[in-house]
Amino acid sequence: MTAVLSLSRISKRFGALTANDAISLDLAKGEILGLLGENGAGKTTLMNILFGHYVADEGEIRVDGKVLPPGEPKAALAAGIGMVHQHFTLADNLTVLDNIVLGTESLWRLRSDHAAARRRIVQLGEDFGLKVHPDAVVSSLSVGERQRVEILKALYRDARILILDEPTAVLTPQEAAGLFDTLKRFVAKGLSIIFISHKLGEIIDACHRVAILRGGKLVAERPIDGVSRGELAELMVGRSVPQPKATARQPGATVLALKAVSARRGQLALRDVALQLRAGEIVGIAGVSGNGQSLLADVVGGVAVPDAGQVRVGAEVLADISPRQMIARGIARIPEDRHAEGLIGDMSITENVVSEGYRGRFSRRGLIDWGNARTFAETVIRDYEVKCPGPEARVRLLSGGNMQKLILGRVMAEDPVVVLANQPTRGLDVGAVAYVHEQLLKARARGAGILLISEDLDELLALSDQMAVMYQGQLSPLMARDQVTIQQLGLMMAGQGFIHVESIDAA
Amino acid sequence: MRLEPREQQTVALSFGLPMLALIFSMAVCAGLVMLSGASPFQVFGLMIKGAMGSQFALLETLTRATPLIFTGLAAAVAFRAKLWNIGAEAQLYIGAVMTAVLGTGLLPLPWPLLWPVLMFSAMLGGALVLSIPTLLKTRFGVDEVVTTLLLNFIILLFVSMLLEGLLKDPMGLGWPQSKKVIADAQLPRLITGKRLHLGFVVAIAAAVIMWVIDRRSALGYEMRAVGHNAKAAHFAGIPVNRVLAKTALLSGGLAGLAGWSEVTGLKGNLTLDLSPGFGYTGIVVAMLAMLHPLGVIAAAIFVAAVFVGADAMSRTAGVPSYIAHVMVAVSLLAMVTAIMLTRYRVRWR
Repeated sequence: MTAVLSLSRISKRFGALTANDAISLDLAKGEILGLLGENGAGKTTLMNILFGHYVADEGEIRVDGKVLPPGEPKAALAAGIGMVHQHFTLADNLTVLDNIVLGTESLWRLRSDHAAARRRIVQLGEDFGLKVHPDAVVSSLSVGERQRVEILKALYRDARILILDEPTAVLTPQEAAGLFDTLKRFVAKGLSIIFISHKLGEIIDACHRVAILRGGKLVAERPIDGVSRGELAELMVGRSVPQPKATARQPGATVLALKAVSARRGQLALRDVALQLRAGEIVGIAGVSGNGQSLLADVVGGVAVPDAGQVRVGAEVLADISPRQMIARGIARIPEDRHAEGLIGDMSITENVVSEGYRGRFSRRGLIDWGNARTFAETVIRDYEVKCPGPEARVRLLSGGNMQKLILGRVMAEDPVVVLANQPTRGLDVGAVAYVHEQLLKARARGAGILLISEDLDELLALSDQMAVMYQGQLSPLMARDQVTIQQLGLMMAGQGFIHVESIDAA
Repeated sequence: MRLEPREQQTVALSFGLPMLALIFSMAVCAGLVMLSGASPFQVFGLMIKGAMGSQFALLETLTRATPLIFTGLAAAVAFRAKLWNIGAEAQLYIGAVMTAVLGTGLLPLPWPLLWPVLMFSAMLGGALVLSIPTLLKTRFGVDEVVTTLLLNFIILLFVSMLLEGLLKDPMGLGWPQSKKVIADAQLPRLITGKRLHLGFVVAIAAAVIMWVIDRRSALGYEMRAVGHNAKAAHFAGIPVNRVLAKTALLSGGLAGLAGWSEVTGLKGNLTLDLSPGFGYTGIVVAMLAMLHPLGVIAAAIFVAAVFVGADAMSRTAGVPSYIAHVMVAVSLLAMVTAIMLTRYRVRWR
């Protein structure tokens, strides 16, 4: 086989950080190459160099033997490189056709040839098994369909090398399997694919070969045949990471209960949600992103006020739902978005650890006792192993894992009754993930009830005592962890067993 | 070209760059002065002399700085919480109206009682003026830049109406001005026979109080948190709307004090030319001070010195005193750029 794409000794430094260190990599025609690595391993930087967003400090890229001029996204496009981003880059208010054609036509032409474009899109869709209606408005499409549009966009521009960045993050297990079939069909037709992921199972399922990046270096290349998950994990992390194990524990009294809770925010809605969380157990909520999990978390976190229903913490039905109420009742809240909600980036660590408790033990008669606050910050930094220059450091400069440790320290210090963990490990490296899991299990052992919302099924299956699935704002009944299979969860995530919304509205 | 946040802000940068900014703006203005045919050295020399070359000049500069400290603090405290109060001018005038209504004989109190009453009511007036846009912002999401700015014109016309009617001094020979405030309302001069008055001391005290609030109090913390990231503040249980309301009361109150201090300390009555744009210049002062309450004192004195110095200079050198506006504007732009560069570095590629 010949290499359609070859990277030779690509290096890129940002100040003191070497993001890519002399990486050489070949992609053969008709091959799916997995690019595996943790966050910060240099995958994104490498792809940005390939796509011309960054200029490499050293090294060169060849497509079909010809050198690709650095720093020119147009040249990369012209050479047939297409990128499908993790976060879609579609205009919601335009049709599929408009989105695909956007940017391919000269601005100076007066009319655009929609008929030809439509024919071409339909043809591509048939050839590659990507069925989408060209005249559908993007906002009406499901996530899986939007991804197909993204891929069609690249194919429409004659991409022969497709780069998929974490493409399964938004898919159910079944949809992901469907995507892998589609990819196999692509390579049968002569395309070549780079598949970026940090999930081992997917790499094994989807790829022919895998290249592993760690700390900016290419540490290994392996054919998929004969490689094991354990081996990949160790190569990716550089050491073996012991998975924290939950010990069996008898759950106690109910600490949090939702009864017939409905809420609404923009497009999102919670419909008649019931949930019971007992002391000393972890309840995992699965679901495809955007099915109301964030709204559920906001209700439990006090950020969103339900329109109907009851929220009970301990024995008490809450009359007033606000963040302060929830904090006062002993709910430790780990928000989904560390940057937007969890921390204030331009303030110091000290200022951030007191943001929930500054009115209480850190202030007297309206004046804040900063000495006391700093002592607390130092305790959190020590106990939760936050790597930082000191308590006065601005939070913005911390890594994602250290930010999460800081949040954990802030909310766990007061021995919470309930822990609300919304996507607590998203974007963290393996070490930090294990640390967060360990802390959640510790809280469970201390007798806290934990509500774990995650889009990572492996995480949920590893930690939960009971599980439920969210679909279009509805929550399934709880199921014991050892009585569900991943297939069953996948089907439920796609809506099986739920009342469909249209029928509710009609009724 | 793009901006990358710096890992750390070194002391050399955070002092050096603003200094460079000042030198840069001096150089730009020197060019303008040469265009008008004068010698920059002579002009700058005259300006410095006119602003602080004598006791009279220095006192005049401090007198001019007094309302700017108040309005600068008003802008600084509001901007900290990202409440964009462009309406200090209106709040100043309402503070002055309250003073003129209550201080011209309606309350025949001795000064130890009258002063606090007048101060409080001027603050209340200013605070209420800013409360309207703040309420519109928190309730309906109306942009406060627009509402505070437009309120300036409404309030100024309202004051004009009062001065032609209700508040018009019957002995004022038909001029649109209020009666003089009574003796017990007047602030004493700091040095007999000079214009600098006790309002300056009150302004300094206000800056110190604001500094303590900013650094030490829970309210100051809340205001900073809301300004930096309102969503995270809300998540952490900080009552964002209530904090904005309190910020508005403080900010409007400080601007109202500027009106009180000008009427009782300097002018003696309310006229339509009480403020030559002190409310707007306060924004410049706050930005030059990087929103630091104590920095506001220095920035206000600097800006006042430029204006007073330029007035004196134009009388002798024949360069129009509008050069002062250019100087203030250029140094603001240079300073804002410098502040940005202390926090970010520019990457060209």
